[in-house]
Amino acid sequence: MYGFEAMTFNIHGGYLEAIVRGNRSSLLTAADYNNLCQCETLDDIKMHLSATEYGPYLQNEPSPLHTTTIVEKCTLKLVDEYKHMLTQATEPLSTFLEYITYGHMIDNVVLIVTGTLHERDVQELLEKCHPLGMFDSIATLAVAQNMRELYRLVLVDTPLAPYFSECITSEDLDDMNIEIMRNTLYKAYLEDFYRFCQKLGGATAEIMSDLLAFEADRRAVNITINSIGTELTREDRKKLYSNFGLLYPYGHEELAICEDIDQVRGAMEKYPPYQSIFSKLSYGESQMLDKAFYEEEVKRLCLSFEQQFHYAVFFAYMRLREQEIRNLMWISECVAQNQKSRVHDSVVFIF
Amino acid sequence: MVTSSSSWARALLQISPYTFSAIGIAISIGVSVLGAACLIGAAIKAPRITSKNLISVIFCEAVAIYGVIVAIILQTKLDSVPQSKIYDPVSLRAGYAIFASEIIVGFANLVCGLCVGIIGSSCALSDAQNSTLFVKILVIEIFGSALGLFGVIVGIIISAQATWPMK
Repeated sequence: MYGFEAMTFNIHGGYLEAIVRGNRSSLLTAADYNNLCQCETLDDIKMHLSATEYGPYLQNEPSPLHTTTIVEKCTLKLVDEYKHMLTQATEPLSTFLEYITYGHMIDNVVLIVTGTLHERDVQELLEKCHPLGMFDSIATLAVAQNMRELYRLVLVDTPLAPYFSECITSEDLDDMNIEIMRNTLYKAYLEDFYRFCQKLGGATAEIMSDLLAFEADRRAVNITINSIGTELTREDRKKLYSNFGLLYPYGHEELAICEDIDQVRGAMEKYPPYQSIFSKLSYGESQMLDKAFYEEEVKRLCLSFEQQFHYAVFFAYMRLREQEIRNLMWISECVAQNQKSRVHDSVVFIF
Repeated sequence: MVTSSSSWARALLQISPYTFSAIGIAISIGVSVLGAACLIGAAIKAPRITSKNLISVIFCEAVAIYGVIVAIILQTKLDSVPQSKIYDPVSLRAGYAIFASEIIVGFANLVCGLCVGIIGSSCALSDAQNSTLFVKILVIEIFGSALGLFGVIVGIIISAQATWPMK
């Protein structure tokens, strides 16, 4: 029953919700970002960050710093917070928290398979994996030759197993098939997560379906734009779109037949929430689309904190941290390469 | 005379109202834990809020004290009745009045404790983010604790009419 979850939520989830809200107040603000953008070297960035909550993680790093070190340590902080929450959580919150990491697991699987295809060393690839998406048998992915072996040897024991039923073929893995596999897995994951949230009911279901619908629609637009001009047929493209969201089903029909960006814009402008995103871009331009989508996502994630007694705050917090790490990476790269004029191209302020 | 209503009356006169008041008090104290859990979590990241937000937990305890007070008042109203007059209408009325008074106080305390606990958790969380909000949300919490007070007043009025027949 919507509205009565306030009576019993605090018994199991009250402590963790309070921790998440406390963590959220330690996200970097616009003033912090302005200070960071004024930095000249990476050591200045390290000094500014040591005044924030990232201090303990960065203070032991020797100079000269690399941008990858900064990003790695910040990600480590996110992983520590996540593990703390996961160990304290009970069902169904613990299942919910695990669902948040399946997206990273899919990315890691694809990373290792692609790297093996291009004959890279397994250890090197394992270091590049996102720590939230690690699972035990991940190193054996390098052995598989085609998708059936991939499933049979490694993935059947992981939580990703049910998502593979739609994309098992006997073809060998090459670049195109791997991308299709990634998108098919992600589609199955989003739909599964959506169903799980609907089962939880209440405020969680309502807020999460809004956030997941936006994610599904954003992926649909990205798939469309990235597959313009490739060999991906319209039918295949349509199969990669998720079965929920604002664009389902009529928007998907229109997106499937698009052949350039202006047609995509025409299809999306019929939906008022997305019209405001596309109106920020001028005709023919697609570089700013990513930033526009990120800004819209951050706005929706911040709105989810307005309500209490639901699980979507955990999802929103993880996403906001990831956005912050992306911001830090962009700023560090710009500073390291002396291109500070381009810093504001891709930094999304959270507060 | 030997009908189901008389066996109810016998049960009423034999089950001590203490059971009902004890249940009411236990539930209302237990519910204050709901609010306290949020207080602990919020205090980890913002330790300054602990002393001010103990007020929420104290509200919940005040609700429990209402229950104890009413139980003691009603206990003084219990009196022995001669055997011939146990099923007298007057004594039945007294028994029912005490029962009703305890049920009212017990459930009003339960709901009040629930309400104060939920508002207390929101108060702790918002105080951790922005300390100017504490007093404003505390005012809402005070209105919520008035529910328990209403229950006590109604319970005392009803039980004031519970007089046993003269010997």
